[in-house]
Amino acid sequence: MSEALITVENVFKRFPLPEGKGEFTVLDDVDVTVHRGEVVALLGRSGSGKSTLLRIMAGLIPPSGGDVRNGTTPLSGPNPDVGMVFQSFALLPWLTVIENVELGLEARGVGRTERTKRALRAIDLVGLDGFETAYPRELSGGMKQRVGFARALVVEPKVLFLDEPFSALDVLTAENLRGEIDDLWNAGTFPAQAILIVTHNIEEAVFLADRVVVLGANPGRVRGEVVVDLPRPHNRTSPHFKELVDRLYEVMTNPSLDMTRAWQPVVADEPAPALRSPYARPLPHVRVGTISGLLELLVESGEGEHEVARLADRLALPIDDLLAILDATVMLGFAVVRDGDVRVTDVGRDFATTTILRSKDLFRHQVLEHAPIVATIAKTLTEKENRTMRGDFFLDLLDEYYPADEARRQFQTAVEWGRYAELFEYDAEDDRLSGSDTLVAAQVAQAATPS
Amino acid sequence: MQRVLPGPGSLRRVRYGLADAAVILGALVLLAVIARVGSESFVSFSPPQVVPSVSLDPHRLPEYAARSTLRMFIALAASFLFTFAYGYAAARNRYAERVLIPLLDILQSVPVLGFLSITITGFIALFHGSLLGLEAAAIFAIFTSQVWNMTFSFYQSLRTLPQDLVEATAAYGLSPWERFIRLEVPAGAIGLIWNAMMSFGGGWFFLAASEAISVLNHNYTLPGIGSFVQQAVTARDMPALGWAILTMAITIVLVDQLFWRPLVAWTDKFRLEQSASADSPRSWVYDLLRRSRVQRGIARLTQPGGDALSRVLARVSTVRPRSGDRRRDAHLADRLFDVVLLLVVVGLIVWQGRSIVGSVGVGEVWHVLLLGLATLARVVVLLIFATLVWTPIGVAIGLSPTLTRRAQPVAMFLASFPANFIFPFATLAFITLHVPINVGCILLMALGAQWYILFNTIAGAASIPTELREMADDVGLHGWQRWRRLIIPAIFSSAVTGGITASGGAWNASIVSEIVSWGTTTLTATGLGAYIAEATTKGDWPRITLGVSIMSLYVVGINRVFWRRLYKLAETRYHL
Repeated sequence: MSEALITVENVFKRFPLPEGKGEFTVLDDVDVTVHRGEVVALLGRSGSGKSTLLRIMAGLIPPSGGDVRNGTTPLSGPNPDVGMVFQSFALLPWLTVIENVELGLEARGVGRTERTKRALRAIDLVGLDGFETAYPRELSGGMKQRVGFARALVVEPKVLFLDEPFSALDVLTAENLRGEIDDLWNAGTFPAQAILIVTHNIEEAVFLADRVVVLGANPGRVRGEVVVDLPRPHNRTSPHFKELVDRLYEVMTNPSLDMTRAWQPVVADEPAPALRSPYARPLPHVRVGTISGLLELLVESGEGEHEVARLADRLALPIDDLLAILDATVMLGFAVVRDGDVRVTDVGRDFATTTILRSKDLFRHQVLEHAPIVATIAKTLTEKENRTMRGDFFLDLLDEYYPADEARRQFQTAVEWGRYAELFEYDAEDDRLSGSDTLVAAQVAQAATPS
Repeated sequence: MQRVLPGPGSLRRVRYGLADAAVILGALVLLAVIARVGSESFVSFSPPQVVPSVSLDPHRLPEYAARSTLRMFIALAASFLFTFAYGYAAARNRYAERVLIPLLDILQSVPVLGFLSITITGFIALFHGSLLGLEAAAIFAIFTSQVWNMTFSFYQSLRTLPQDLVEATAAYGLSPWERFIRLEVPAGAIGLIWNAMMSFGGGWFFLAASEAISVLNHNYTLPGIGSFVQQAVTARDMPALGWAILTMAITIVLVDQLFWRPLVAWTDKFRLEQSASADSPRSWVYDLLRRSRVQRGIARLTQPGGDALSRVLARVSTVRPRSGDRRRDAHLADRLFDVVLLLVVVGLIVWQGRSIVGSVGVGEVWHVLLLGLATLARVVVLLIFATLVWTPIGVAIGLSPTLTRRAQPVAMFLASFPANFIFPFATLAFITLHVPINVGCILLMALGAQWYILFNTIAGAASIPTELREMADDVGLHGWQRWRRLIIPAIFSSAVTGGITASGGAWNASIVSEIVSWGTTTLTATGLGAYIAEATTKGDWPRITLGVSIMSLYVVGINRVFWRRLYKLAETRYHL
């Protein structure tokens, strides 16, 4: 095992919730090590704390607990052996390309002539020769990110940290730049000894990395690791590449899958564990129209199962968005996901193909049964004589389980679903929810049927 | 947190060239004419029989504070009406625009107290010796301190209406009134309210100066907290002064919490971006009102009346069919307009200029110019020191979100609190410590002006993107290098905004800073502000006009030569 360059052990990160409601755990007992000569990918959905973990490892924010080590010495403050490339480039708009690249060298007190020489070499390496005196606003996104790479590489860091470096670029530019970085690494003369890349793009992770560390969400933790044992450069058309990608899709679409068990098809419809409160089960932030759209697409594509990986390709959706839509569809009982494949249920087929009015009825039924937050709001409204309630009331309850922003988003999603299901109306001016007539009828019907 | 806008529109406009200069000079001439007329009518009339006196009993302070606040709000209402009319005219009519916008430029640069000096006798004459004349003059002075920023803001928002909304209102056949109410006012609401709030705060300063004024060696006082302070200064009554300061502080906080905060929270719904803003302004009063049934009850009562009125107004303001483009003739018409304007203005300048210079002599004009230089030197020193001192503090606060949240209300309070309430203490200190007033008045000017630098620097530092700060950490940028490469360029445009506002505030303050008194002792500095104040006391109209004009020209000149260039630099090079 080659030398450990950066290690985090038992790292926690917690943020306090406002108004003393306790703490919100972003990272829970995380162990990650980056060794010399390897490319590590941190893969996870949004909310998995991967950007936070990256910043803790770079020393930009301190952990709430645990050890962070640069080699063997504990880290206190920004790690000088790390060069970071940012998602939205982070170039200083008032400096030219070469001045931006020289920034790190200037900070280290390198002399002017030496600085310029090394900066020009780095600019040449990333293919921006000739643009030294250009300003960032004159450059395209891809070129700006090349400047970002040059700036990070010119100081010859031990580890190069990449924070979703290609996600702000269009598909073709991203492809191009990704390939060039891979070529540079494979050539063996890369200015850094290791690379740590944070991404939510599964194909990118398998293409670039030697091992993929999968992070789970709520709270962020290491679920497991997939080793990419392919010869470099990783051939995207090889069957083993596809196997690894499928494995990762399977893992990502099923958050409760235990990665430490041996690789075998696992039935993924274990019931969710009993929860203390209906508010603790979060709603995926997806609009009803999007759910309908996906179901219609799946129904049109034929009976049987569809691979999630192919779906992602077809729809050109970022994996985060697709997984959220799938979550919502599965939660409402319109589809089932297993082994990385999605299949539409009978209810789902019905919902996607029937009239608007009837689909609303179906939606209402499913929401009351499977979306606890919405059902509880509806129930609370029926218990009041005038069937109205301030939105603040539910927001306070949601605040107990989620940080302020997330609580607000949960509320908004619940309101959207409730409005579509014609369970209640919401007046944003007055912040008031009012139960509709259909609500009462629905409650009566729901009470009658055994659940 | 937004920046305090001093009317950057005045610095960013297209050059109009000749017409521009003509309007500026024309406005000054107009002021001279007004002064002339006012002085003549004053000579032939007697001052009010019953001049109200101000008691120094602290128990009357709440009443005085209430009267002062009422004046502020009347001025505010007038400002809104003026803003809508002026801004609308300037935005809709090309010729009106060519005159009105440069006019705004110069009006903004005329010192507020200069306005007061010129118009007070006119108002007294207008109201035939009743107390109303004094009130009108005071309210007018406050009005002029509030209105120009608001007008600029509204004009700018009218010119930058989102195109798709404009097309939608045209397509659905909305009458001009309906368009005004449904699109134009809401679109400008946020900027308008914010500017109004900032200008209102600045108005307290001028309220204090305008409630007790000496004209022609007569002292006129209106019952109010400003004149209370003046009385306390003359009587050397320190405890009374203390009570007045306390009352003023409470008044400012009350007005802010009960009026401005709810208003700002309400106008957040007019945000033009389609998504909700991350941190919307909160106001406990607004939340309280929303929860209560009172507001909805009132809305329901006034609805039928409101509906009827809207219908009438809509029918009255019909949609005029668009006239075709007459581009060919436009150039000629413009040229003609310029020439006529120039002729008129030159004529006026020659007429008035001759009379003024005739009465004071050419030497006097040079003397005044030199005095202007003295005051300018003070303003420059003030700006340099305030920038050096408050910028690091402002940056330190702005870079920390918790500090910013706590500091913002404090900074706003400091910017609103009328510094001239504190002047007496400083004057006493100057007298006791034998500090020369020529230097000491810089401190007085700074007391009112420097907070804008702090305020804007905080806002600028708070808006540095997190990623750039993380990058600077990662790359190892520290100390001077961090300031040079990241912080100074990033806060540059905010610093310029703060500088302009502070500079304007300093010029305005000079009129009450360069002459200060405690009891019977008066300290007078050498400067343009003192010149104007003395001329006002003596009622010397030519000198008042000369002094005010020269000060205005200095301000406008520096705006164009210096501040405009800096602004351009901020927009092109240091734009985030």
